[in-house]
Amino acid sequence: MQSISLTITDRDRQIAGLTTLAISLHLLEATFPSLLPGVKPGIANIVVLFVLYRYGFATAASVSLLRVLAGSLLFGQLLTPTFFLSMTGALTSLVALWLASRLPASYFSAVSLSILAAMAHITGQLLMVRLWLIPVPQTFLLLPPLLMASIVFGLANGLIVAYLLNGRDARG
Amino acid sequence: MRTWLSKLRPLLWGDWLVLLLSLGITGWLWSDWGNYAHATKCQIRQGTHIIGTYDLMQDRHITVKGTMGQSVIHIHQGKVRFEHAPCHNQYCVQQGWLRRAGQVVLCLPNQVSIVLLGESGFDSLSY
Repeated sequence: MQSISLTITDRDRQIAGLTTLAISLHLLEATFPSLLPGVKPGIANIVVLFVLYRYGFATAASVSLLRVLAGSLLFGQLLTPTFFLSMTGALTSLVALWLASRLPASYFSAVSLSILAAMAHITGQLLMVRLWLIPVPQTFLLLPPLLMASIVFGLANGLIVAYLLNGRDARG
Repeated sequence: MRTWLSKLRPLLWGDWLVLLLSLGITGWLWSDWGNYAHATKCQIRQGTHIIGTYDLMQDRHITVKGTMGQSVIHIHQGKVRFEHAPCHNQYCVQQGWLRRAGQVVLCLPNQVSIVLLGESGFDSLSY
């Protein structure tokens, strides 16, 4: 029988380790009581943003998408609406991060990136809800309060990332 | 404590720009909130019987005879409310003015209900 062997590179181990960290934070967050339905601090994104600075966009994207995939397996949510919502949020925030990481780093710190990614995350998710889950125009009535929450949590997460980076915030 | 604080740096001006712009956009969206999905018509029912569908852009009192007595509904400049009701709890009157499409107010004891309709064509929502 032919055996298939995969070589595991250091980068694979790195991504796996960072993804584990992101999933742990995701699991931790799931134990927090939710103040409002649909509003979560998204602390796993602290890892994603930190990775973006230290290891570059490609690694951050891998960690983010693997986090959603492996996280949904842990929660038993694979291919449920929750999974697709998480995936949409992850994808739209990655697009926002990809664009925002082109902003000059001397003027825009991790806080800017975090806020923009958080807003893109919730906007993408709400768009998905509007188009697929609850296809009525009223869905967008939820946008202002959700955006407000995303700014607050984006700011908080961004400050934590800026603190963790400790001034060494040239982007990888 | 001091070392912990010294790691926290003030926001860069670009961060302030992003923060203020996002708050501004959110505030602007929020200010538009009340206008969203304005109802244009209301449908009044007694039990399962539809009394009629009325345009909200008028000033009009409609009296509906229910199972307990007469409910007075007031339509005024794009909004509608129960003005008087014969029921004892007066929940319907306390709902006040309604103006958004999809909203429903009902007087259960008197079996009178008002459904607000918008241009989009749906008249109820269920989650």
